[in-house]
Parts: sequence; structure tokens; C-alpha cells
Amino acid sequence: MSDQTHPYAIELEGISKRFGAVQANKDIGLQVPAGTIHGIIGENGAGKSTLMSIIYGFYEADSGTISIDGQQVDIRNSQDAIKVGIGMVHQHFMLVENFTVLENVILGAEGGAVLNQGISAARKELKRLEQEYSLDIDVDAVVEDLPVGLQQRVEILKALYRGAKILILDEPTGVLTPQEADHLFRILKSLTEQGVTVLLITHKLREILASTDNVSVMRQGEMVAHRETATTDKEELAELMVGKKVRLKVNKDEAQPQQAVLTAKELSFFDGQGVERLKKVSLELKAGEILGIAGVSGNGQSELLNVLSGITPMASGEIQFAGQTITANAAKTAAQMRDLKMAHVPEDRHKMGLVTGFEAYEAAVLGYHDSSDYNGAILMDRKAMLDECNERMAAWDVRPPNPHLKTANFSGGNQQKIVIAREVEQNPEVLLIGQPTRGVDIGAIENIHEQIVKLRDAGKAILLVSVELDEIMALSDRIIVMFDGAIVGQVDASEADERTLGLMMANAWNEEQGAQE
Amino acid sequence: MFETLILILDATLRVSTPLILAALAGLFSERSGIVDIGLEGKMLGGAFAAAAAAAVFGSAWIGLLFAIGASVCLALIHGFACITHRGDHIVSGVAINTIVAGLTVTLGLDWFSQGGQTPALTGDARFTPITFPFAEQISDVPVIGLIYSELLSGHNILVYLAFAFVPATYWVVFKTRFGLRLRAVGENPHAVDTAGISVALVRYRAVIICGVLCGIAGAYLSTAHNAGFLKDMSAGKGYMALAALIFGKWRPVPVLCACLLFGFLDAVAVRLQGVSLPGIGEVPVQAIEVLPYVLTVLLLAGFIGKAVGPKAIGKPYVKERA
Repeated sequence: MSDQTHPYAIELEGISKRFGAVQANKDIGLQVPAGTIHGIIGENGAGKSTLMSIIYGFYEADSGTISIDGQQVDIRNSQDAIKVGIGMVHQHFMLVENFTVLENVILGAEGGAVLNQGISAARKELKRLEQEYSLDIDVDAVVEDLPVGLQQRVEILKALYRGAKILILDEPTGVLTPQEADHLFRILKSLTEQGVTVLLITHKLREILASTDNVSVMRQGEMVAHRETATTDKEELAELMVGKKVRLKVNKDEAQPQQAVLTAKELSFFDGQGVERLKKVSLELKAGEILGIAGVSGNGQSELLNVLSGITPMASGEIQFAGQTITANAAKTAAQMRDLKMAHVPEDRHKMGLVTGFEAYEAAVLGYHDSSDYNGAILMDRKAMLDECNERMAAWDVRPPNPHLKTANFSGGNQQKIVIAREVEQNPEVLLIGQPTRGVDIGAIENIHEQIVKLRDAGKAILLVSVELDEIMALSDRIIVMFDGAIVGQVDASEADERTLGLMMANAWNEEQGAQE
Repeated sequence: MFETLILILDATLRVSTPLILAALAGLFSERSGIVDIGLEGKMLGGAFAAAAAAAVFGSAWIGLLFAIGASVCLALIHGFACITHRGDHIVSGVAINTIVAGLTVTLGLDWFSQGGQTPALTGDARFTPITFPFAEQISDVPVIGLIYSELLSGHNILVYLAFAFVPATYWVVFKTRFGLRLRAVGENPHAVDTAGISVALVRYRAVIICGVLCGIAGAYLSTAHNAGFLKDMSAGKGYMALAALIFGKWRPVPVLCACLLFGFLDAVAVRLQGVSLPGIGEVPVQAIEVLPYVLTVLLLAGFIGKAVGPKAIGKPYVKERA
């Protein structure tokens, strides 16, 4: 327990925030002692970023109170937050790229209508801050010329220059190399020695354990546990993060895997910022099996699906599929991959799977709309499309069975059925399926799972990506775990248990094995 | 020959003035992230307001105030559509241009019954040339005399004002707190918001300054360069200013140079009217009038490199779910 005579640097009580139908934060309570590093951990979408945005005044909470040093404060915007001594380093840096470090730091705290005196005062103050915390940065450099690690330090400088006593860092190591991350933690340590309180948000267990004094765990918008870091361990945190869920049961026979139909060799992919999102991923997908890809969301699964389906070109590597060799130089588009009988149910049905303004029968042919089944000599064959849509709606139990209803007006489960039916009914050789039951009600989940198993039994190859561990374990015949863009583990479904997978997902399995030896 | 050159340069200053004012107006607006294709409309509106007020009150200065007032109102409409309601900047700008083109003529017909024009302005209702001291006396001194008395002296106050605005704009944009925020808001409004500054407020200030400068440009057209308002008298100068702005890469001094270049071509076009060039014959005026635009396209296409505008230009600012 922390020292009760000390006021908490920051204290939250009953914070709730709702975005439309999504309850992003539910009755959050948090107490952070001054001068400590406090970790907040949770899966993507657990509500960590929303909570921090509320503290920083980016959103207003629907209810609840925030107290700083025991004083209740009213934070309506970022200006208020800065005034009470809160600084934030955002996940996506809030820097003006063609400004110098100095200009970025003084933006909003210029100290006068004319820049001259403000700039020279800031230059002096920055020199001091820089030396005090060994930030080691050239204040006249233009930000876009700096590596990301240094850009992050500019953000820290910005906060300190405004006199921040509480520093919030949102996923600070996502874009950093391990060395840069180590340096960051050293800086944070020296900040706490000067009395700054640090709130560190991350989904990486290792960082929490290595650098924090206390840790709080969030899951699905709720604060589920508070621990002193010294008294907890990876397993406990992993379990708290993922949570124990009702076990899903899927009736299926032993898989009869046959020949490999898709082979990927050392696939690499870099995002727009030059960060390596896929690191030499190799895998083999056999006919008649379901290969599950487990992992905390944001560890390269989406990129893998996009590269395999031809949506984004790979940086290097090779895919063998349907007698073709696909490389970075001999790329195939998503449409060409479809023609080779690869179907893809994207992770996000709203953004990629459907056009929500389309009527169901139109959405049901997307991607196959050039097929002769749906086209006459000149015009599209509406009757054929409608007939087929009616048939599928009956077969897949889509409700309401109205082909003219806009897809936006179906429930999540029924939307998903429309997408999956569209892909599966094309009788593909390979089905890539991402988050098949995200936002889908229980009844529909069973139905969707049955259909996936049926497809497998028909001798098709299925690659399943899901962040739901239960779903992975219930459906898969073989499980691959991804972490930070690489495959970190592979197990047979029969040997998989939650603990093993959880440790692999946190990239802590190998260390544990090493420690036991 | 030298005298001809001086006369062309003299004319260049006069035709460049509205371009410079409008281009600087656009610079403020676009640096803040608000695309302004409505420079043309604001200038035309300002021209009409200036001429109408000057005709009624008999004072060019009152005309100037009305011009600024009218132009700022139009700028605020653009701001309301683009900043508050996150509308499309181009659509709003074109709407302003179209409305003003019609409205000025309609009001002119109703108020003055002179076919959409305002009454011819005389005396104090116009900005008159300012003669520098000793201009007369030294006009006979070779070279320097001509430059001083013809080129530098003898323009109206708005011409000098326009040129003075160039260093002033440079100072405001690059040396003041407002300028820093202005540039930041056009590059990355999120950074401005998280620094605790209102994005909308900075942008509104920018469009108001834009309105003021366009108003002056308009007043120049109708009460200084001409003696009264004529239908569509801005004649595409707003678009040309926009071209100069892009050509000058949103920086005050290069923008000035671009305006002078366009003004020079314009002055040459007037000179060449009906003149038969050796070996070429008579050059159609239109061929020279089109030069500024052709030049912009050609130069942007390859010779001066990419014109990279403010990064957040034309994008409405919406707080995103983090």
C-alpha cells in the first residue's frame, strides 16, 4: 500500500465516457502517488487512450472527478490541463514537422506577442532542462529531420517547458528501437527523481515490469486491478489483461490436413513511417486445416492479412499460391488474388468489408461484381443478384431477410454473415478471415464458427486471425502467435493452453523457458 | 528604349499592386489551412463597396473603410462555412465569387442606375498620385532622374502600402507569436490544439486579415487605378494572385516577385497591343495575357521544384478519437 499521508499526485473517481454505443470508460478509479511511474496496461481498445485523453482535457468525461495533489480540478480543455501541470506525450506526435525544436516547444507558451525575447528565454530554459535530464537534443534542428526517438524527446521537452508535474506517455515505445526505449526509461527515471509523476500507458508487459512502481490493468473500458509492480508478474498481468472468458465450444472432428496450398516465405512490410510491421514472417497453410494467428491486436496480424490478400504490397519475401510465385517485384493485386480463388473476410467489416450505404444485394457481390454471374451484356443483372442474395440470406439465416435493406441497418452479426457468405459461397481454395466474430452476438458466433469448420471439412485452407484467445483455441488446428510483427511461437491446438499462449502473446515464453533450464 | 523600359516598369508597379495585396491576403488564409479561391470575389466586392461609398460620401478613405468592411464580411462567411461548419473550401470560395459577381451589378443598377457601374469618381473620392519632393527638378538628370520621378514617385498611397505590406507580412508570419500559431495551424492543427490553443480562433483571425487585404485590393481597383466600379472589374486578378501565391511557395518575398513578374507581363501585353514585332508580326494580346498562367504551370511542373503548401490545407479540423 502506498503512504496515505502523501496526497496523490493524481486521483480519478468514477470517470465514465461513452461514444455513441461504445462505453469507452466505465466508472474508472485511479490513485497515483507523487514521484512514481505508474503503468496502465490493457489490450488495444481497452480504453486506456480515452482515459488519458480525458485527463488531458481532449475529451470531457460524462461523469466523474479528477483531483491533482488532493485538489479537485475542472479540466475542460488542454489549456486547463497544462495549467494544473499535466503534460502529455501522444502516441502520434503532436509536432509541427517543418518547425524547429525550439519553435515546437514554445508553441502555445511563446511568452509575448513577438517571438524574439520568448525564443531566447526558451533557449536558456531548454539548455537547463536538457542538461538536467540528459535529453541531448539540438534545439535548432528541424523536427522532420530528427529520428522518432528524438522527436519523442521534443514532446517530453514541450511538456517540461510548460512546467508539467505529471507526464502522461501514450504507448511511447511503439515507434522506438530497444535502445531508444531504454534511454527513454532512463529519462523517465530521472524525471521521477525530480518529483515528476509519470503515467505510462502500454500493452507491453515487459516495459511495465521493468520500469514502473505500480500498475493498473484495464479491460473493456473498466479498471480491473491495481498492483504494486514488485508483487506481480507477467502471468498475472497477462491473465488480468485478457480476462477469463466463457469457454466457447465448437464441435469439430480431427483435422485431415493435406498438401500445402499457400506458402509464405520471409514476408516483410514497412508502414508509412518506415516502421517494420512484418518481420520475415514465414508460414505454410495446408488444405483442410484452420491455422489460427493469435496475438495482442496491433502486432502485425492486420498487415499479414493485407499482404497475403494483395491489398498492400510486401517489401520483400515470397508467396507461393495456386502455382504462382508472388514477390515484391511480381506482385498481385487483391483482385488478381481473388481470381486465384483466395477469399478474404477483412478484420474491419465497416471499413473494408462492406459499403454501408449499399443495399444488401449490392454489398453481397462486392469484389465479384465483374463476374459473368451478375452481368448482362451491358447492364448488371439485378435479378440474378437479388435471387442469389435471397438464397444466401435464407441459407445463412440473415435477419431481416431483405436484400434491399442498407447494410448499415443490419446488426453486426448479420453484416458479418453477409460478408462471410459472399466470400465462402465463391468456393475459394483459401479463406483469410480476420476477427470473424468481433461485435457479433453469441447466436451468430456459433453459426459463423460452424460454417468455418464446414469449409475446412470440405478440404479448404483457412487462415484465422483473432484477438479472442477463446476463438483461436476453439477453432484452430494449429496456432501461430505473433508479437511485434514476428512469429514468436507455434503450437498444435491440442497442446495449447491459455497460459502458454498468453505468455507467447506477451513475448515472455522464451525467457520463461530459459529461466527454467 | 530606356524610357520605354521605365514606363513599362512603372505600369508594372501599378498592375502588380492588387495582385500583391490579394496574394498576401491569400498567404494569411492559406498558411492557416483555409484554401481561398474567393480572393477574386472579395476583391470585387471590395471594389464595389469602395466606389459606391466614395461616390456617396465623396471620400476615398471612407470608400476604403467600406471596401474592407464588405470584404471582411465575405471572408467571415467563408470562415463560417469552412471553419465552423467544416465545409468544402473550394465550394464556399466559388460560391462567394459567383454571388459577388451578380450582387455587385444588381446593387449597382438599383442604386446608381448606370448599367451596373458606379458614378465616375473625381477629386477626393479617388486616391491621387503622391509626388515625391524634387521629382520635377531632377527629372532631367539622366537615368536616376527618370527612375526617381517616373518609377518611384507619382503613385497613389495604396501602391506604397502594398509594397510595405510585404516586409510587414514577413515579420508577422515569421517573427510573431500569431505568425507561429498561424503556420502551425496550417501544418498540424492537432499540435496546436494539444498546446491549448483554439484552432478555430487562429483560423478566423487569418481569414479576417485576408478580408482586410482583399478589401484594400478592391478599393485600389475602383478608387485608385480606375475612377469607379465596372462590372467584373477584378477580371481574374484574384486567380492570378492565387497562382502567384503557389508560385511563390506561400512565402512573402517570392510571392512579391511572382506578382511583379505577372504584373510585368501584363504591362508588356498592354504595350504590345497592335505593335508588330520584327520577324513575328503582330502578337495577339491574348497570347501574352495567357503567359502568367502558362508560366505558372510550366515552372511548377519542372523548373522550381515541388510547391509544397501547408500540410493541413483544405482539411477541416476534427478532433479524432485517440
